[in-house]
Amino acid sequence: MSKLNKNSNGYIFGFALLVILFCGILLSAVSGALSEKQKTERELERKKFILKSALGTAIDGKDKLAISELYDKIVEEKVLNGDGSVNPDVKVTEVNLRKEYKKLDNKTGLLPKGTEISLPIYLVKNEQSGDVEYYVMPMYGFGLWDNIWGYIALKSDLNTVEGVVFDHKGETPGLGARITEEKVQSRYKGKQIFDQSHSLVSVVMQKGEGNDYASDPHSVDGMSGATLTGKGVNIMLDNYMKLYQPYMESKMKKD
Amino acid sequence: MSAEAISTVEKAKPASEPLFSKKNRKLINNPLDADNPITVQVLGVCSALAVTVKLIPTLYMCISVTLVVALSNLLISLMRKVIPSRIRIIVQLLVVASLVAVVDQMLQAYAYDVSKQLSVFVGLIITNCIVMGRLEAFALANKPWPSVLDGIGNGLGYSMILIIVAFFRELLGSGSLFGYKVLGENYLGNGVLMSPVGACIALGLLIWAQRARNGYTEEA
Repeated sequence: MSKLNKNSNGYIFGFALLVILFCGILLSAVSGALSEKQKTERELERKKFILKSALGTAIDGKDKLAISELYDKIVEEKVLNGDGSVNPDVKVTEVNLRKEYKKLDNKTGLLPKGTEISLPIYLVKNEQSGDVEYYVMPMYGFGLWDNIWGYIALKSDLNTVEGVVFDHKGETPGLGARITEEKVQSRYKGKQIFDQSHSLVSVVMQKGEGNDYASDPHSVDGMSGATLTGKGVNIMLDNYMKLYQPYMESKMKKD
Repeated sequence: MSAEAISTVEKAKPASEPLFSKKNRKLINNPLDADNPITVQVLGVCSALAVTVKLIPTLYMCISVTLVVALSNLLISLMRKVIPSRIRIIVQLLVVASLVAVVDQMLQAYAYDVSKQLSVFVGLIITNCIVMGRLEAFALANKPWPSVLDGIGNGLGYSMILIIVAFFRELLGSGSLFGYKVLGENYLGNGVLMSPVGACIALGLLIWAQRARNGYTEEA
């Protein structure tokens, strides 16, 4: 057999095809083999965030299994429609927060009239009595560079903040990325989202750092050097409190 | 007789060359110091600045890069005689990209938190000049085993610099090491070192120190 001409078009095409086939098969095999594990990891993070926002440091140091078990035991998942009614046909795991977030109007942050939205809500119950202690709501928004998201846990009065958890895709390390730090998140504890006349005012992170807002239930200390990320957090919180407002008001009326 | 003896010695030499002969050890040692990919060749600086805020993600990044360089060197070296030279770059890219995708998937499955912190920089290993540079400069012309060593050597050279930079950035930037507070709870942290600017300064000082010690100067 004569030696192959390595520079002929046929050889080049054949070689490229072989390499591509090999890489393609390798990648799909790896992706297929690992996708289940990746899904459980993402699920676990969701559960951890929800419990963290409601129970705070009590869940620190718990391993994956314990978190998962605790979650299944005390958290009830529901999906709400835009008007605050419960939609029994949708599971929370089927809701893509990012997709739902995109339905909001860019400028006003409000849901355009006539648009359907799915809003997951998590009811965290007391381990002994089974009463709902906290309502945990997911949020999604935009920071300075990229998407930010998080969970806010309200006490059963649906007004007082028990805790928040934030996460982000690409905020600046040491500045905006500090929203993931407990030190920043703990500033929200005890704040209130409704004022005394029951209108929604949300909680606003202020500009500048090191100020005392203990007497103001609607303001928290800001992050020095990350005012724009803080703004993104404020808008996100405000948008989502408005989205959940119908549900909260219907609940409060019942009580 | 002596001529015969020499010729047999010469013939036998390639077969009996030990795995870690002096030449092969040099492949690992050189990139650590005299030919360091970051401080001497100034390659792969982008990720060196981006992922060195904390030590733990940095370690994962170092392992990932070392694995990718070593394995891609091995694969390209194995294929070096059959790769058509006209498409060699794209073949290298394909091999590197596939390996990086595998590493990324593994991190997402087994080190989810770290993979989130490294985010896009795992994917950017594909464009790390060290990887492609070693393929072009070494693997295409050398046998598989030396190529693997060369890959590991360069990966370690890269890792060494990253770990040094990350050590100082985490220590002075957030007062901790491997996530443990070592400078006390009251240490406020240094915002400059947390940002890529601080990494650039740290890396610059490191390059300066190393070049001053080795007496290295840029060729005009």
